[in-house]
Amino acid sequence: MHDRIVTSKRSPSRRAVLAGGAGLTLSFSLGLAPQATRAQAGPVALNAFIRIAPDGAVTVVSPAIEMGQAVNTSLPLIMAEELDADWSKVSVETAPVADVYNHPILRTQMVVGSLTLRGYWMAARTAGAQARQVLVDAAAARWNVPVAEVKTEPGAVVHAASGRKLAYGEIAAFAKAPEKLPEIKPEQLKPVAQFRLIGKDVPRIDVEAKTTGKAQYAIDVRVPGMVYGTLARAPVRGSGPASFNRDALKAVPGIIDAVAFDHGVGIIGNSVEAVFEARNKLDAQWRDAPGSKTDSSAAMQAALEHVRDPKSQGVVGRSVGDAAAAFASAAKVHASEFTTDYVYHAQMEPHACVASLTTDGLEIWCGTQWPTRARDDAAKTAGVAPDKVKFHLVQMGGGFGRRAHVEYAVDAVLLAKAAGKPVKMIQSREDDIAAGRLRPMTAQRIEVGLDPAGKVLAWRHRIAADTVVPYLYGQPRMEAQKGVDHIVMAGTEMPHYDIPNLVADHIYEERGVRTAAWRGIGAGHNNFAIESVIDELAQMAGKDPVEYRLALLKDPRARKVIERVAEMADWKRKREGRALGIAFAKLGLPPVGFSLAGTVAEVSVDVKSGGIKVHNLWCAVDVGLPVQPGNIAAQIEGSLIYSLGSALKERVTIKNGAVEQQNFHDYELIRMSDVPQLHVDIITSGDIPLPVGELSISGTIPSISNAIFTLTGKRLRHAPFTPDRVKAGLA
Amino acid sequence: MASMDVSINGQTVRVDVQPDTPLLWVVREHLGLTGTKFGCGAGLCGACTVHVDGVAVRSCQTQMSSLSGKKVTTIEGLSPGGLHPLQKAWIAEQTPQCGFCQSGQIMQAATLLTQTPKPTREQIVEHMDGNLCRCGTYPRIVRAIERAAREG
Repeated sequence: MHDRIVTSKRSPSRRAVLAGGAGLTLSFSLGLAPQATRAQAGPVALNAFIRIAPDGAVTVVSPAIEMGQAVNTSLPLIMAEELDADWSKVSVETAPVADVYNHPILRTQMVVGSLTLRGYWMAARTAGAQARQVLVDAAAARWNVPVAEVKTEPGAVVHAASGRKLAYGEIAAFAKAPEKLPEIKPEQLKPVAQFRLIGKDVPRIDVEAKTTGKAQYAIDVRVPGMVYGTLARAPVRGSGPASFNRDALKAVPGIIDAVAFDHGVGIIGNSVEAVFEARNKLDAQWRDAPGSKTDSSAAMQAALEHVRDPKSQGVVGRSVGDAAAAFASAAKVHASEFTTDYVYHAQMEPHACVASLTTDGLEIWCGTQWPTRARDDAAKTAGVAPDKVKFHLVQMGGGFGRRAHVEYAVDAVLLAKAAGKPVKMIQSREDDIAAGRLRPMTAQRIEVGLDPAGKVLAWRHRIAADTVVPYLYGQPRMEAQKGVDHIVMAGTEMPHYDIPNLVADHIYEERGVRTAAWRGIGAGHNNFAIESVIDELAQMAGKDPVEYRLALLKDPRARKVIERVAEMADWKRKREGRALGIAFAKLGLPPVGFSLAGTVAEVSVDVKSGGIKVHNLWCAVDVGLPVQPGNIAAQIEGSLIYSLGSALKERVTIKNGAVEQQNFHDYELIRMSDVPQLHVDIITSGDIPLPVGELSISGTIPSISNAIFTLTGKRLRHAPFTPDRVKAGLA
Repeated sequence: MASMDVSINGQTVRVDVQPDTPLLWVVREHLGLTGTKFGCGAGLCGACTVHVDGVAVRSCQTQMSSLSGKKVTTIEGLSPGGLHPLQKAWIAEQTPQCGFCQSGQIMQAATLLTQTPKPTREQIVEHMDGNLCRCGTYPRIVRAIERAAREG
């Protein structure tokens, strides 16, 4: 996911406190937007902070939330680098929900777009450097020597001339943070060449707890007096119960109550097993809603007609040069169509949240990618002010964009209100899918205008798809963006290719389907079409797909990932019964910078069964400055596997407005036996960490499709490439 | 409601539940052993894997009435100090990402090493294929099992 880029301003406000007897507490402005400095009552509203205890223990408060991407290691590591901390003495706390922890680019507390390290990069370094400076100043004053004469080594300040040394803990025992914390200018930060933590692999802080069962997720939280609840949402967005069998549900032993809400039926009981037993007995009549008649198969046909119709006009999301004029002058126009189905996030932890209404507020335990929104929506539902919410941010059992939506936090509060007791809300897997918020279904058409020599003059990419932005962020945001749904349109920009005139537009397909950002957002479907067409152009030009891309890519970093991955895969070598396909991919935005990937797939196909076997996936990535190379490799591998599902298996279909799939038997994920050999290589460029977590999503489908074309001479245009489609496509 | 004794992690505990209650909810919600996870409730993902008399089973599909006289082991009871060779290997390979499926993965893998101390890669894949990991840690799970088999 991406978000709108807002230039952040350095906050002038810096506050320092000295915690009574517990050592030195330093709190820092993270250089955030002005709203970040809005003061709230109590220490929780202080800026992001580093604490050092007299025994040398360093506590780093991490403003980002863990969902598997290892930000609870890598972000504190950046602060520790500039602090010159002894990493073995650092422990990490997840921040509470407060404006001061807002993401510097997104200007809200949110973990999306693979932007955490990129967004907090300078802020985290500045925070660490500022803490270090306070320690240096305090030691120099103690020794009565010029500050310029003292240096730090991990965990200590040293004065070489006199051979004196004070550990950070020793300084914390006597030092007071100054009223005005030292200003840190960018040139005072460590030179990249001197990093000793960044760029080296340190173990993730959370791995041990995740191997012993001690790691706690929202679904594991238990509070005194708690009862259980679930909320079965209406099958169709905007619908709700007209009636339901309340008496039958209440007759289930252990059930306290069953309650109609505007959007679903809540069930509350003394045990989770009673709640789920009653859930299985729910028989509701649901009100009609705008999407009640939606049928995904018919909707796909309609969408294809829309992209084919020259009269349809979508909202232009990308425009470079003058595409219309360039098409008018083109000697030849090549057109190509692709479709992708709805896909579901399938985070392994079903939605769960614990809510407890207190005498003057709300206490909530929740794993969410958007804490600010979850707090505010929960507060509104509880009827309390946001500052009366005690919000426990809990790590997530997977997010992938799904948990940027926070409706399950609202549901938990509704159930707690109805119960008059703390409630642990758990959604069944069946309800998690039924109320899934899906990656839009797309029909896409790309037209390419060529000159007589086959040079690309113009590119038009038309996407007929649901919208996401109004459902996730609200209609005002969509209007502020002039109707450009940046989540759907992601990836349609092509700045790395030498394409002088480009236009991409989005024809809204309002089907009343619940939608969301899905790992990799729009690029996950759009790059399938783009990189398939690049392969078609190579074929038309009689060029090798790698050579064609190297000629058309004008960006040297982009050429490098293609060259590197071709080398890794031994691109020129022919394989008996197998073939290779390549794709270029990128993730980012111009003001943020793009991370880049080249992916090669090696595939074979069983023509009789229609089964595709992916034997190898090679991926070369340029992620700027790699903060944790081992974890980057893990994220790249994970995204390759995640997207392999959307290439081969994953598909949600809609009938009468409702999701047809029910559980993992009919929404199949990639299993161990499906996993190819994975080969990842990381290229370093520049001195800023670029987006990682979703980068390798969008090269997988096209690299497989391109490999199938090389192998069979037939192009697969409908993802996922299920056996029936492969058989039809190869016939 | 029935009062039943059940042996979990070497201790006999008494619980009051319906006989058809899934073991999953008893260990998680009645006993607070939350290392065992709820993922699908249908035996399709393996997040809830525990051992019953040393055999890996899906606790969401195991009714309490079937456990009379049997010994249940959860991730919390796999090794007293969390130092089972698989757990050490999981850490060495930095396997987990979100971590939610990993208790089930480790419990599933543990029975493989009991039966087949030196499994081939094919045996690992066959044994582990019922356990889903949405983060895609499969390559590291394989490596961790191979490491545990090698290092013991």
